[in-house]
Amino acid sequence: MIPPMLRGIEFNVDMIFVTAKAWILSLLAQFLPAWLLVLASIVISGVVILCLGPVIMMYLTLLERKLLGRIQNRYGPNRVGKWGLLQPIADGIKMFTKEDIVPANADKIVHLLAPIVIVVPALMVFLVVPFGERMTAVNLNIGLLFFIAVSSITILPIFMGSWASRNKYSLLGGMRTAAQMISYEIPMTLAVVPAIMMSQSLSTNTIVLSQVGDYDLHWYIFTPWGIVGFIVFFLCATAECNRPPFDLPEAESELVAGFHTEYSGMKFALFYMAEYMNAFTLCAIAATLFLGGWQGPFLPSWLWFFGKTFLLICVMIWFRGTFPRFRVDHLMGFAWKFLLPLTLLNILLTALWQFTSNLAAWFWSILILGISLWTLVKLNRTFVPEKRHYPMGN
Amino acid sequence: MTVFGWGVFKGMMVTLKNFLTSYYRKPDEGGIFTVQYPEEREKKIENFRNFPFLVYDETPGKIRCVACGICERECPTKCIHIEMELDATGKPARKPAVFDIDYGLCMNCGMCEEVCPFDSIFMDHVFEITAPERQTGLVRHKDALLKANEYFQKIRPTLASVIDQKRKAAEEKKKAAAAPQPVPPPSTGGPTQGAV
Repeated sequence: MIPPMLRGIEFNVDMIFVTAKAWILSLLAQFLPAWLLVLASIVISGVVILCLGPVIMMYLTLLERKLLGRIQNRYGPNRVGKWGLLQPIADGIKMFTKEDIVPANADKIVHLLAPIVIVVPALMVFLVVPFGERMTAVNLNIGLLFFIAVSSITILPIFMGSWASRNKYSLLGGMRTAAQMISYEIPMTLAVVPAIMMSQSLSTNTIVLSQVGDYDLHWYIFTPWGIVGFIVFFLCATAECNRPPFDLPEAESELVAGFHTEYSGMKFALFYMAEYMNAFTLCAIAATLFLGGWQGPFLPSWLWFFGKTFLLICVMIWFRGTFPRFRVDHLMGFAWKFLLPLTLLNILLTALWQFTSNLAAWFWSILILGISLWTLVKLNRTFVPEKRHYPMGN
Repeated sequence: MTVFGWGVFKGMMVTLKNFLTSYYRKPDEGGIFTVQYPEEREKKIENFRNFPFLVYDETPGKIRCVACGICERECPTKCIHIEMELDATGKPARKPAVFDIDYGLCMNCGMCEEVCPFDSIFMDHVFEITAPERQTGLVRHKDALLKANEYFQKIRPTLASVIDQKRKAAEEKKKAAAAPQPVPPPSTGGPTQGAV
């Protein structure tokens, strides 16, 4: 017998999670009042997200170690379980049983609060991520704005932790975090604007739906402004979650470990967890905005979505395996002098594209982009002063 | 003219190549050179040396060591302890009664092997040694240290065959020298009753 709530829902692999939730709700409907059912629906989504976040984080660490190992010509962890699949669990147990050390002169309350607070925004942004067709936890009509606003809170707990540690390395790391994350927030937000302009919506779901087209090739990345927006967004996302080559806040060769120098045990693990969950959500949003989200032929939508997201995460890991760390002034200069003008120009380009969408638009876009890139590169050229001579010195 | 970002692209291609080749290339061609130790082992090098052991010829009774104590004196870490065996009359029997080596102290320098004039102490290939306790757990006594010449031939064939030839030549020379003389000098061989 088909439960009444399942009527109208087509049963297929694509909808498997949606169907499962509807089935649980229809089961609960038999002995719960209607108003509690709404609450139950929220609880189910919440529990799924609260489990998904940490599990994704744990296996991202494993993926990262494996890929980095291969890049450096060695095996990654492969001792605990088959292919090291149980390594994250062993690491988790280790983290839980470690001693929690608090510096004697630390601000103990803020020191304790910082790692807790940092996880909250990292988990909250999962709400607006469209994991698949009809699989957004909360279909907010300001989803993207919510994402940008909440994910930028991450600066605050990092600075709290670095300040409360009362350690000069921590504080330096915190200062760098504040400078870097505020700087990269601006080109990141501006890089998103073209996608909003084209889809005329802030809802992540609508943005994905507006990329539907023949043969699914209406993804925004296949336009000149889309690819520029995507690259800028992805670079800023890498900087936002403090991943190499933008890992100045925790530069281990300069600042010991930056803002988490004085953290140990589970508090340290929470910082780590937030970092990896941020990396995941930023990649997910990049896939949503420019790679067509869950769009894709043949396979279920959620599989497409996770495939695209993990592809982007692999690129982030690839960055980590390739590039050395930025210098502070180069980092700031890159954001303010290169990415920011480029994103502003990209917005203009999108407007042009919207009014003349044909072959001429391609030509003009590529021409404008080429000229502006060349100009920006020339303007950003490193200035090497001539060596000064002292004729009277000898 | 270099294109902006070309160096970045080239760098990423290098790491991508490393990543891909790590799956199919052999260690000496740029693949993964890690040896997964307990399951795989590196090929043993003949002159690899570790802790010392004592060589006997046919039976454990025919031990080459004469308890001269040179290795004991030369050992930089003083990890060797030797006591001479005495026969019934209280004379030295030219055999060790006690031969202890503390593997916990030994630093694998191989000086004992170099100074030994009787070719009796050599460095072994065994390196997987554990003990539950460090004070006495790593002390090896004579019985544990004694190993057959065949074993020595097996682990270090080049050196062992050279030494065997040398010993055989010395023995034949001694025999030839001893043959015309009616009474062999008592200084060689085992304990003799009539001497002194």
